[in-house]
Amino acid sequence: MDFALSEEQQDIVSAAREFAQGEFPERALEFDRNETFDLGLWKKACELGFVGVFIDEAYDGAGYGFFEHCLITEEFWAVEPGIGQAILSTTFGSELLGLFGTDAQKQLVLPQLVSGEAILATAITESDAGSDVTGAATTAVKDGEEWVINGSKMFATNGNLAKYMLIFCQTDPDHPSRHARHSFFLVPTDTPGYESTKIRGKLGIRASDTAELALNNVRVPLENLVGTQGEGFQELMAFFNRTRLHIAAQAVGLARSALAEAVRHTQARTQFGAPLASFQVTRFKIAEMATHIRAARNLYYEAAWSVDQGNVDHGIIAMAKWFAAQMAVGCAEEALQMHGGYGYIDEYKVQRLYRDAKILDIYEGTKEMEKTIVSNTILR
Amino acid sequence: MDIVVCIKRVPLIQEVDLEINDAQTGVRDEALAYVINDWDNYAVEEAVILKEQLGGSVTAITVGSEADEEVLRRALAMGADQALRIDPGSRQLDGFVISRILTKAIGTMTYDLILTGVQADDDNGGMVGSMVAEGLGIGHAAVITAINIKDGEAVVHTELEGGMDEVSKVKLPALLSIQTGINEPRYVSIMGIRKARKKELKVTDLESLGLSEDDLTPRTVVEQVFFPPETAGAEMIQGDAGAVAETLLNLLKEKGVSK
Repeated sequence: MDFALSEEQQDIVSAAREFAQGEFPERALEFDRNETFDLGLWKKACELGFVGVFIDEAYDGAGYGFFEHCLITEEFWAVEPGIGQAILSTTFGSELLGLFGTDAQKQLVLPQLVSGEAILATAITESDAGSDVTGAATTAVKDGEEWVINGSKMFATNGNLAKYMLIFCQTDPDHPSRHARHSFFLVPTDTPGYESTKIRGKLGIRASDTAELALNNVRVPLENLVGTQGEGFQELMAFFNRTRLHIAAQAVGLARSALAEAVRHTQARTQFGAPLASFQVTRFKIAEMATHIRAARNLYYEAAWSVDQGNVDHGIIAMAKWFAAQMAVGCAEEALQMHGGYGYIDEYKVQRLYRDAKILDIYEGTKEMEKTIVSNTILR
Repeated sequence: MDIVVCIKRVPLIQEVDLEINDAQTGVRDEALAYVINDWDNYAVEEAVILKEQLGGSVTAITVGSEADEEVLRRALAMGADQALRIDPGSRQLDGFVISRILTKAIGTMTYDLILTGVQADDDNGGMVGSMVAEGLGIGHAAVITAINIKDGEAVVHTELEGGMDEVSKVKLPALLSIQTGINEPRYVSIMGIRKARKKELKVTDLESLGLSEDDLTPRTVVEQVFFPPETAGAEMIQGDAGAVAETLLNLLKEKGVSK
């Protein structure tokens, strides 16, 4: 057993950190306050090869694993979660396309994600279908040589920016198993009938775009079915088994940032004649944060490394996602508490981290769903 | 244009409270993080820019341990073609010894230009570049803020006090020590890291360079490292703003700062 990163992985970490530290901090407050982003930063990250490193070399990716993508994600989030999400969410769906797409679909989409010509997004959630994705009621009906999609989607990351959207639709509503009623479709967002509306007022990761989608008679050719008809649910679970690794890495990055803010503040701030960092109550909290971060990181390292080795263990992936997310929320809260009143103001980064953290408990599987998965691996 | 660029890995000391080691010969370095020396980063970028403009090759060199290879891999990822690490083993190094090692190593290579940083952000000696140039018997210029290569000469800019620029011509081959700000160093890219993996990183030791004992004897001996003693001398001026201003003005006049 060897816990060390390879030299190449260490170099990837250093490169990601340098880029993020050089480009993100001066823009973060502006993006957070205005719910905006500068796509120039995304293009720059693409030019430097940070986006979609797990994509096969055959489709212009670097051919690294999800583990290396996690390393980049952790570094970006350790500098600025909102910007990290805005840049690295642009390949969301490529994991599914990579697993189940046809060569033509991959050839069309994946190289553009790497080069920064296109953003791919994935729409799953609906107003009445969240954790219970099998309740998704958006329909796709075959009409001659086309599929016709009707319905609406909620909380689609990059829904206003994406060039292509993977949409989770009901295709077999009468199938006796609710796990065999759905399928994925690749939809260019300039298809007539596709309409997106920006969702404003998010608590955190406000640099990242989120949309509500209205789909009215959106017609795509038959070959835009991704994967196998009726197997959308299984494909979605396989997809989440990759993307949840990234959430765990996001959480570890965010928590590292919270720890750094806590250390900086408690060393600088003096109360009762001594720095806050000299009091045992502070020192123990710092020790706990550092330990939790290390534990979460080791958990996601194992989960991600296993997937890259071809061993997809959904139990450990769910453990990593849940534990890391909850750990990050906890670290952000402790770090804010150590800041006292200053932590309540948005000029202090810790306030943003506190708000950014909460989504980790929710998206790509709530912590309750992750615990359901974990318990199902133990109690059969 | 074949360019050799000499680089060094140095501790990151911003926002770090340095502690003096038990032997009082330096600072405690166990817990320090290391990065490429900032000046050297500009030197690597300048070398790569010149190669991109004029063709040729860039060779990055460092004198250091295996851990120091990190900065060589970084240079390769930025566009250097090959790298050389000279392992000093347990030898004590100072500016003199490093310059003798580099002189020997570079002396066997073909080169038109050698670039170094102005100084390294550890001891800030700033002497290796000029000593290497002397050792090789070539011209050198220091604190360079712009380079133009023309007809076997380098037209170089040096920043002088008061914002003046001095422009000189140096015949090639020459050694130039590079000032920060001469360019905007590129970020290391994933493509660069992947290409670097296929480039040659050679390692050699001191024995194979054929250095004499005299070459390897440091000329600098550190007697003691200590924090400057805290001194008295601050005077707190009390009173309301008007009284404080008047006292301050009188003091400034008295000390000859104001008339």
